[in-house]
Parts: sequence; structure tokens; C-alpha cells
Amino acid sequence: MNDNILLEVKNLHAGIDGKEILKGINLTIRQGEVHAIMGPNGSGKSTLSSVLAGNPTFTVTEGEVDFHGKNLLDLSPEDRSHEGLFLSFQYPVEIPGVSMVNFMRAAVNEKRKYFNQPALSASDFLKLMRQKRAIVELDNKLASRSVNEGFSGGEKKRNEIFQMAVLEPCLSILDETDSGLDIDALRVVAGGVNKLKTQDNATIVITHYQRLLDYIKPDFVHVLYKGRIVRTGGPELALELEEKGYDWIKQEVDNL
Amino acid sequence: MGSINQYIELYNENHQAIARHSSAALNARREKALSLIDGKQLPHRGVEGFEKTSIEEMFAPDFGVNVNRMNIPVNVAASFKCDVPNMSTWMSYIVNDMFHVPANARNNMPSGVIVDSLNSPQSQNIVAQYYGTIANNADPAVALNTLLVQDGVLVYIPRGVKLEKPLQLVNIFSSPIDLMAMRRLLIVVEENAEAQLLICDHTQDSEHNYLSSQVIEVYMGKNARFDLYDIEESSKKTARYSRLFARQESGSNLLVNGMTLVCGNTRNSYDIDVVGDNCETMLAGMAIGSGNQHADNSSNVNHRAAHCRSSQLFKYVLDDQSTGAFEGSILVSPDAPYTEAYQSNRNMLASQQARMHTKPQLEIYNDEVKCSHGATTGQLDASALFYMRSRGISEKEARLMLMQAFMADVIETVRMEGLRDRLRHLVEKRFYGQQTLCADCGISCHDNK
Repeated sequence: MNDNILLEVKNLHAGIDGKEILKGINLTIRQGEVHAIMGPNGSGKSTLSSVLAGNPTFTVTEGEVDFHGKNLLDLSPEDRSHEGLFLSFQYPVEIPGVSMVNFMRAAVNEKRKYFNQPALSASDFLKLMRQKRAIVELDNKLASRSVNEGFSGGEKKRNEIFQMAVLEPCLSILDETDSGLDIDALRVVAGGVNKLKTQDNATIVITHYQRLLDYIKPDFVHVLYKGRIVRTGGPELALELEEKGYDWIKQEVDNL
Repeated sequence: MGSINQYIELYNENHQAIARHSSAALNARREKALSLIDGKQLPHRGVEGFEKTSIEEMFAPDFGVNVNRMNIPVNVAASFKCDVPNMSTWMSYIVNDMFHVPANARNNMPSGVIVDSLNSPQSQNIVAQYYGTIANNADPAVALNTLLVQDGVLVYIPRGVKLEKPLQLVNIFSSPIDLMAMRRLLIVVEENAEAQLLICDHTQDSEHNYLSSQVIEVYMGKNARFDLYDIEESSKKTARYSRLFARQESGSNLLVNGMTLVCGNTRNSYDIDVVGDNCETMLAGMAIGSGNQHADNSSNVNHRAAHCRSSQLFKYVLDDQSTGAFEGSILVSPDAPYTEAYQSNRNMLASQQARMHTKPQLEIYNDEVKCSHGATTGQLDASALFYMRSRGISEKEARLMLMQAFMADVIETVRMEGLRDRLRHLVEKRFYGQQTLCADCGISCHDNK
């Protein structure tokens, strides 16, 4: 582990339709780290991931986010992607009529354009797809289908990690990647994430359950409650939550 | 009185010339047509079904009509090396309102098949039997077409003949002055015969005002199978009023797919009369609007026999200030038990100013039926847009990809693989703003020269 800060969130406030959901998030993530964000339903976990990815549905009202030297909040969602941020969606969107191949080709080539690189040749692109598909054992058949359309829950999540493998982000946010997965699919998806792990990138794992953290080992565990990070600890915190639930933390916070 | 009078006057002044240039079968229908329009008005916004498109206004300008058959020189061969890659066709042309067939264009066509002028001697028996019997002259514009038409195309597929490659007809406007063309197609597909026809509408320039009045009559014998693909890539100054009338005998299978890619002011009407049992009818269409373009489709599927199935799918993507209209109806008569009839109209508005008007209708006079209809008009899916942007695809590109994707199921109805590919390409080009004039239209693939 080194001291290179990848993401620094300072006092982030954000909401939707005038209703504040994030009420002052502070979070520092360095290269090589895995952070788990846990918390009860409605605490703001998914809002945090959406805001970091630039979902225009949410409005940031206060705070700063530095992403390896760039002001993240100034960047469009597409530029955040080019700069190395990746969000694995809790509910990957189905896009009828857009084939996986065209979708990925557009994604890859727009990133290359951003860095002034020429578009990939058809054969290089197909080679890349083949290589990356293997990481999550994604069926070749899915390539010719429309994005996520008719995919099973497991296929959708594998497809997210496949896209992550292709785009090679430096910071990945996995939003409840374990939801809707059976044990076998969970193992494949988590295995994919682990294969993509390096000393230079970092991962934020958002989850309700300890289960996923058996496969993707966190360095830090944060508890999000009522729009704030109310507790931070090591992997043992997740085990404690698994055993005792969230009520004791809620009480502590609510009694303050 | 309306604009129809200027055309009646034109006829009265030129009826001898018109008769001289046309076959007896065409002339035989004129007096009746004249009596039908006498004192009538072309459909205008006050007429039900024409609220959003006035035919009266389309015909009001003083267009030239080529009554004297002046030969307007067009170098067809040089301009239109029409070919769809991986799909060879038997090709012919209508230049303004005159039929042209290139030398060798009918090579290897099975004997008995006719693709020729309505005036040609070999067409006469069939024309005399079917011409004017399927179209409904209650629309004064149809009667006007019958009154003034001087040439047109007969497509005749005799009993049991199955064409192994598609027919293609390229409609071209090319004129040094504003021009109106009366276009007429008679398609007879006899018992157990099969054919596919691809029609492409082009204008050779975007300077002149053109008006196309088109009447298509389709007769389908028992168990006949026929596909009609009608693609309009004209110009912003082109108006088009096209009416298709089809009659389906038992067991026949009809597919009509009308695609308005580039237009000025277009109205297409489809009237399908299903008179025999066990028929299949697929009616599909798309319209892509931008600028001030206007596209209006109207359908009327009339079920008059048992155990038939019809399906309609019309989709629009409208940008800028463009407008669209759809009025679709399904009529199930008491004689049509066990009918299955479906209709769907889905529209996407890509700008604040674009407008869509839709009026889906069902009229059912039989209890033993399965029918549904539905219409939706919405905007681009915001969650899909964000998903794509989060993968690095720019907003502009993502919007274009989603608009294209919206049309995918209309293209899927096409039963010719090579044409499906070509259409995907054409639709993509259209959305990316590469206006395809005839000289480099995707179908008339110039890379193939």
C-alpha cells in the first residue's frame, strides 16, 4: 500500500428534488485499497455512488471531490469514465436495440479519442472482447444481443464486471453487485473483481451483507447512516455488523 | 371551391392529349372519375382523418403537370447505379411520371411475369381486369389520380411463380421546374405466387417543389405472398400523398413496410381489405423527422373473413420542429370470427418543439376476437442515457444510438436480410445528419460503381 490518494471526498452534500440525502460525506481512498461501504436501507449508499458517477438526477449542494488531481464534480459522466471512474450498477439498464458489441465499441473508442488515440481496428477490438470475456466467463452469445436485454440477474452482473475489465478503471464502485446473485455467480463475479485488482487501482464495494466481503476482502469498512459515515473500521467491523445488525449503531448515532 | 378545379380545368383543356398517351384501360376510368370529383373538395383539416394533414393545401400550388409527355432528359444510368450489396434486384424506374426499364433489366425473369408500363400491349389484359377495381375513389384525390394519370407500372406475378430475387422500383423526381407527378402502380400476385418489391422515392435536386400523388393497388390471390418496402428519401420541398389499397384472398400473406427517412410533407395511407380467411397482414412503418418535416401515416385494416391475423407497428422519432401524425384503425366485421388484430404506435420526441398526434382505433363487431391497440409518446430513456454516458459514451452519441435503437424492431419486420442490413445503415446515416440525396443514397450504393 502506498500513500497516493486517488479520491478525496470532503463534506459532500447532495440530494434530489430539494431533499438532502448526503449530509457531509468525508472519504479518502488511496491506490491499492478496497473500501466497503455498508449501512441500512435508505442511508444514502446508492446516492453516493450515483453522485460520484455524475448521475444528473442528483444535485450536489456542497463539498468537494478530488479525483487524482481533477475536480470530479466539474466533469461530465463520460469524462469521469475516461478519467478512470467506473460504476457497476445495482440495476444494470436494459437497452433494447443497442447490441453489446456496438455499445462496447463506442465506449472503447470514445475513451481512445479522449486520449488522442486512434480507434481500435475491428480485429483488435474483437480480440480485446474475447480476452476480457474470459475473466467473468461471459458467454459469447451475449455479444450479439441487446445490452442487458433478457439477461439473467447473474449475466447482468457479470456483464458489469466485463465492462469494468474492458475499461480498466483506476477506481471502481460496485453498487450492491451481490444483489440477485446465487453463490456460484457471486464467486465468478467476485473472482473477476479480484483478478482486476492491482496495486494502482482501488475499489469501493457497497453492500448490505458480509457475504460478498468473504470474497472481496476490504481494507476498510465504513458505515453510512442518515447521509453520513458514522463509523470506520477494519474488516472486523463487517463481521460485527453481520452478528449484531445495525441497530446498535443507529442507537449510538441517534442518541448523540 | 378548392384547388381541385385547377386540375379539372387542366383535364378539360388537355383530355385529348392525355387520352392519346394512355391505354384504353386507363382512359376507360376517366369519365367516372370526373363525375366523382365534380363539385368535391380534396380532404382538408376539417375532414375526419385529415386533421393534421391537408391534402387541399398540398395540391393548392400551381404545379406543372407533364400532360404533353415532354421528355425531361435524365441520365438514369449515370445517376442511379442502384444496387443493394448482397442483394441483386430486377430494377426499373419511374422518372417523374414515366416508366423506364433499363436494357437487360428483365434478364432471367420467369416467363409470364410482367413488370411493365400500364400502357404496354402485354399489360392490357391484366390492366383491364384489375385496374381501378381495388382503389377507393371516394377520396377525391384518388379519383383525381385516376383522371389525370398517363403512365404507371404493372407488376404481374402469374399463378405459382415465386420470384427468387426482389423487384425494385426507383421513383425519381427530376425537373427544371416545379412539378407534380401522378404515379400509379398495379400489383397482381396470383394464387400461390410470391414476390418482393422495394420502392425508393428520390428527388434529384432539393431546389424544386415536387408533389407526388401515388395510388398503389395490390391484388393477392389465394396463398399468395407479397412484401412491399417503400422507402422515402426525398427532399424538404417534396410533398407526397400516397394511398395503398390491398385486397387479400384466403391464405395470403402481405407485408407492407413504409419508411419515411427524408421528406417534406408526407401522408401515407394503407387500406387493407382482408376478404379471405386465414390471411396474415403485417403493416409496419417508421418516420424520422427533423427540421420542419411532417409525416402522417394512416392505416385501415378491414377484417371481413375468419381466422385472419394482422399486426401493425408504426414508430416515429421526431426532432427539431418536426411533426408527426398517426391514425390507425382496425375494423372487425361480424363475418370475421377468430380474428387476431394488433396495433402499436410508439413515438419518441427528441426535442421540446417536436409534436406527435396519434389516434389508435378499434371497431369490433364480433365477440370471438383477440385485439389490442396502444400508443405511447415519450422521450429518450434517461436511465439508459446515463448508463451509456457512465461508460464513456458522449451524450450526443448516446442519444443517436438510442434513437437508432428505437427503430430496430421496425427494421426487424423486413423479411430480406440484405435489406435489413442496408436499412440499419440508412437509418444510422439519417440520424447522423448525413442527408442522402439520390446521387449517394445508401440503397443506390455509389461505392459499387
